[in-house]
Amino acid sequence: MGYVNGLKCRECGREYPVDPIYVCEFCFGPLEVVYDYNKIKRVLKKKNIERREKNLWRYKELLPIDGEPQVGLHSGFTPLVKADNLARELGVKTLYVKDDTVAHPTLSFKDRVVAVALTKAKEFGFDTVACASTGNLAHSVAAHGAKAGFRRFVFIPATLEPSKIIASLVYEPNLVAVDGNYDEVNRLCSEIANKYKWAFVNINIRPFYAEGSKSQGFEIIEQLGWEAPDNVVVPCASGSLLTKVWKSFKEFKQIGLLKELGTKVFAAQATGCSPIATAIKNGTDVIRPVKPDTIAKSLAIGNPADGFYATQVVKETGGHAEDVSDEEIIAGMKLLARTEGIFAETAGGVTVAVAKKLIEQGRIGRNETTVLCITGNGLKTQEALAGHTVEMHKIKPRLDAFEEILKKIDKDGR
Amino acid sequence: MVKVRIPTPLQRLTGGKEEVEGKTGTVIDLINDLEARHPGIAERISEGGKVRRFVNIYVNEEDIRFLQAEQTQVKDGDEVSIVPAIAGGRRGL
Repeated sequence: MGYVNGLKCRECGREYPVDPIYVCEFCFGPLEVVYDYNKIKRVLKKKNIERREKNLWRYKELLPIDGEPQVGLHSGFTPLVKADNLARELGVKTLYVKDDTVAHPTLSFKDRVVAVALTKAKEFGFDTVACASTGNLAHSVAAHGAKAGFRRFVFIPATLEPSKIIASLVYEPNLVAVDGNYDEVNRLCSEIANKYKWAFVNINIRPFYAEGSKSQGFEIIEQLGWEAPDNVVVPCASGSLLTKVWKSFKEFKQIGLLKELGTKVFAAQATGCSPIATAIKNGTDVIRPVKPDTIAKSLAIGNPADGFYATQVVKETGGHAEDVSDEEIIAGMKLLARTEGIFAETAGGVTVAVAKKLIEQGRIGRNETTVLCITGNGLKTQEALAGHTVEMHKIKPRLDAFEEILKKIDKDGR
Repeated sequence: MVKVRIPTPLQRLTGGKEEVEGKTGTVIDLINDLEARHPGIAERISEGGKVRRFVNIYVNEEDIRFLQAEQTQVKDGDEVSIVPAIAGGRRGL
């Protein structure tokens, strides 16, 4: 089987065979997987997708593997939650939350990309996998890699939240905490990737890895009854997820699984790290790198690799971008939890707060259907909410003590 | 004289040298002048008079995109670095 023709430079179009390579030798542009859509169109129908297991591999023909899936057999197919309470709160008619806070096995959308990257690493014959990560990717490489039997190297910025570090260490990878920010970790990893024959999922396996993000978009379409939403709001770190969600919509259109496609794609960033949103708002496609300073650490990439392409998708679809402050992010997290019972990480707060802004600006119509991509679980970064939640009630173990508190609670209307 | 730093993937075109001399004037003049002595180098870093999207050029550590882009003036004593973006950007941002 296999529906991949090869790799192709996104800039100059030079073609390459399927190899663990990621950059065009001629012009240094990024390489992207090229599929045989005519062949896929003949075999991939709604009926056979719907009969398959509920995981991301139900769209395997549109994922860049040659054989059968080998890693992440329970990843993907997270709930698309109809968020009526949040919709009411934000003053829109139809709102959905694509809820990757419950992704298997490590509670973020990275389980999708790593499932694809490690399956590909097996196909290439690697015995060691590695990544540069702000946390979520580290967890996923450590966990998926443990199950799949890889030797694992995980590189993180040393400033990461302690809870995110424990959540990697439990899988016993070789965890290397680098004294620097994500961009510096990434640069070091590029040097290491040049020297050692390892599968660095977000470096030399990147063209394959990034394709895994499309599964989130495929699921959105299928879960909406094979229809595209009017708007989708996607948080941006490197910008890769945004470009791949859009690519997934276009691919479904191309192979005939989607009749109409007029979705506007919106980019969400934190003000403390908003190179992509800033470029879009300024009407330019030149990304000016920044030094990140935000509580949304999983989005803190100051020099985003796919930033340019993200600006192009937003422009092409008639979307827009917004960025939000740390206070707005926390308010967004709390709003999502209070209305929909979903505890997202800070990035989810960014997405909700940005959606709120875009609705208030009229860029997202109140009678339209909007999907918010919520990419990671709040349990991983509880520190972000310290001092920002409601207070608990402390009492003695006596009924009258409880009833005294209850009176107060009733009076406050809670 | 202008010092021009050549990244590893392009050193095959400069006879293995990681530093070559460049001329003063605009950045695009400098690139076209490099081509005269190191044939093939110009098309690797520029196309149609524009620097390629995934090639960063720095004049004295400053990204030319935030100066006058291809029209940025390079003076005697300046240092020019050519860095593929995929290498992960620049130390110290």
